[in-house]
Amino acid sequence: MKKFLVALFFIPAIAAAAEAGYRLDRAPIDSRDLLSLQAGARTFVNYCLNCHGAQYMRYNRLTDLGLTEAQIRDNLILTDAKVGDTMKVALTVKDGKTMFGAAPPDLSVIGRSRSADWLYTYLRAFYRDEKSPTGWNNAAFPQVAMPHALWSLQGERGLEVVPGKNHGPADYQWSQISPGTQNTVQYDTTVRDLVNFLVYIGEPAANYRKRLGIVVLFALGILFIFAYALKKEYWKDVK
Amino acid sequence: MASRLMALWDWFDSRMPSVAEEFRKHMAEYYAPKNFNFWYFFGALSILVLAIQIVSGIFLTMNYKPDANLAFGSVEFIMRDVPGGWLIRYIHSTGGSAFFAVVYLHMFRGLLYGSYKQPRELIWIFGVLIYLTLMAEAFLGYLLPWGQMSYWGAQVIVNLFAVIPFIGPDLALWIRGDYVVGDATLNRFFALHVIAVPLVLLGLVAAHILALHDVGSNNPDGVEIKKIKGPDGHPLDGIPFHPYYTVKDIAGGVLFMMVFCAVMFFVPEMGGYFLEYNNFVPADPLKTPAHIAPLWYFTPFYSILRAVPPMFNSQFPGVALFGLSTLILFLLPWLDRSPVKSIRYRGVLFKSAVAIFVITFLVLGYLGTEPVTVWGQFGSWLGYADVATVAARIFTLLYFAFFILMPWYTAIDKTKPVPERVTM
Amino acid sequence: MSEKKIDNTRRNLIVATSAVAGAAGAAVAIPFAWSWWPSERAKAAGGPVEADISNIAPGELAVVEWRGKPVWIMRRTKEMLEGVRKADDKVTDPKSEVAAQPDYAKNEHRSIKPEFLVLVGICSHLGCSPQQKSSEEKGEMGADWAGGFLCACHGSKFDLAGRVYKGAPAPINLEVPPHTYLSDTRLLIGEDKKGV
Repeated sequence: MKKFLVALFFIPAIAAAAEAGYRLDRAPIDSRDLLSLQAGARTFVNYCLNCHGAQYMRYNRLTDLGLTEAQIRDNLILTDAKVGDTMKVALTVKDGKTMFGAAPPDLSVIGRSRSADWLYTYLRAFYRDEKSPTGWNNAAFPQVAMPHALWSLQGERGLEVVPGKNHGPADYQWSQISPGTQNTVQYDTTVRDLVNFLVYIGEPAANYRKRLGIVVLFALGILFIFAYALKKEYWKDVK
Repeated sequence: MASRLMALWDWFDSRMPSVAEEFRKHMAEYYAPKNFNFWYFFGALSILVLAIQIVSGIFLTMNYKPDANLAFGSVEFIMRDVPGGWLIRYIHSTGGSAFFAVVYLHMFRGLLYGSYKQPRELIWIFGVLIYLTLMAEAFLGYLLPWGQMSYWGAQVIVNLFAVIPFIGPDLALWIRGDYVVGDATLNRFFALHVIAVPLVLLGLVAAHILALHDVGSNNPDGVEIKKIKGPDGHPLDGIPFHPYYTVKDIAGGVLFMMVFCAVMFFVPEMGGYFLEYNNFVPADPLKTPAHIAPLWYFTPFYSILRAVPPMFNSQFPGVALFGLSTLILFLLPWLDRSPVKSIRYRGVLFKSAVAIFVITFLVLGYLGTEPVTVWGQFGSWLGYADVATVAARIFTLLYFAFFILMPWYTAIDKTKPVPERVTM
Repeated sequence: MSEKKIDNTRRNLIVATSAVAGAAGAAVAIPFAWSWWPSERAKAAGGPVEADISNIAPGELAVVEWRGKPVWIMRRTKEMLEGVRKADDKVTDPKSEVAAQPDYAKNEHRSIKPEFLVLVGICSHLGCSPQQKSSEEKGEMGADWAGGFLCACHGSKFDLAGRVYKGAPAPINLEVPPHTYLSDTRLLIGEDKKGV
């Protein structure tokens, strides 16, 4: 339905970026999968929240994921924040700029500014690069200032880009330099859950919005039946 | 109970008879042509969307903070922490796009049926003024979320004013209230968007409707219904607006609300056309986005602006043509030399011109949403020029040709005889 | 419509459509009215506040902010608790009949533990914050003053359990907020043991 409505208009304009060259994988996320979202929340809190904030997302909203406030407090709050507080980060903008060259952006709405597909691809496209300040680079976001935060899970990978023949697409040849604690399938699942979570925190009301939409459209349908009948009744007079 | 209500009404009516009188004049005894078709819904729908925007806008201002440091966060506060806030926000963002969709279709009706022709030129003029005011309102409003698109879109458009010879740079400084778009700009745009321009809009809409009611509505056949009146003094082809068109507009309004709600609840972003993806990144004065595009309803004119190359070392010709592309609408009643109003009785020249104009508007609109490189480049024979830029230039010429050549092709066009009475 | 004959079909249709439209209209109004309830941010800021009571010396008063209001935590001495009993016949509502406290504070000392008094420090008259007046200040407060609070705005007097004196403009005793002890040293203000 969504794709049909969009196709009625123009081809969607995706925010262009220098990394337009790297093909994006489709993120296999299901916004109704609570267990996936919970896993994603855990990954987010353990690996991302040290440098990135999610300053518009409140901890107690995570009850949406089927957790109690006690569970949130015990498992997902690693600072002295209260469960009603927002997911702020201790790292200041100034320190972030000094440490990484660019302040790590807040991730509250990253799922909306970058698509799920981009995030899913990005988090799986890091590779070792001796020439970069952090020792890491990313095929979907060249020269990114962020190191591979999840490297312990994915392990270290290398990349060799072979330019395409006759201006064709380039060939990306990946290699595993050293293993992480997760194999490819496990890591892809971890990233899938994390991206699912990032999309969720971008708009926590999304699922409710869709459910309410069905009810509203149905109610308007009923109203239309009456309104149309009324119109027809009056217009009997008009010849 | 009913008689008490009647007594209450009589008490009121005897002291303020103008309420009932105005209702009679503008609704119960305003005789409108009986052959209104699909294209005639969009005026009433424009009023509906105006009301929706005002109500949702009022509730947004209850929680929005017009401060450069707080604005972006306050929108997310509305989306997450205010009960039902996300719904109010989406109503307003969807309503903004809905407003232009409805207004463009309303204007197109005018084009189809010659509604701008004598004696309705003034209605058309008020209408174009409403359109320009609406563009200003949308532009002012778009700065408020303080995202990257908000900021840089405002920066680009205000810089257009700087291109005006002699007074330009000072004018831009005066509009901004600062050397770059900043907190001062945000605050004054907020005041203008929330109260000043809506008041202007309401006044113009009132003038537009009053001017219409003084003359009487046009219709799809372009026949003047007041020419043939019945024994009761009312046009034979006319029916009282109330109850016939109130009841028809209610049904049409409900159908419209279904489309509106389908969009709002299921695709509020509309693939980035109604809510731009890049606007979810907070404004950064130090980082220009790779691709700045206005919202879809401005893109045809943006295309024209981009298509015009610098002339005489100045961007002013581009800016001037950009302005002219909207202002030329005012001249339509005088550019059209046809004796016939409705496209139904016009010849092949006018019909082709309208078809080309529609295609032009849509193509220019599409090109405005994309970077100039979207269609690749020509070979060395055309200097590796961007295909999209060349196309935009051709369509810009076509856009202006529609208006500039109109006195000629409407005069020589072979028309069909117009009936005395309307056709249903 | 020149005939006076009533068209019942038309009338019924109008009534039915109006009813459905009215329901739809009411439904539309709901989210707008709903948006006026406190936001998540306000609810989080209004959440319970934890206080460390181990540092309060006997006889001392500590002040903590809860929901924008000052909350007094007073560590009463034996003499102060005596003073409360002495004031029984001087106060308007000695048994705390009026609901200005949770059930667990509807007792002689108006608190969970006799030693610790927890009060919202806002006069029940017109909202000023009263000042502590110890039993020493008999010159100002009168010879039989056993300690308590005086509101400077309109002269209301309260005893060391927050009960209002007879003759004061304030109508009822000072409010005891919901509170519970997380441990001997940690007091949670704003929440009862069974939840808010």
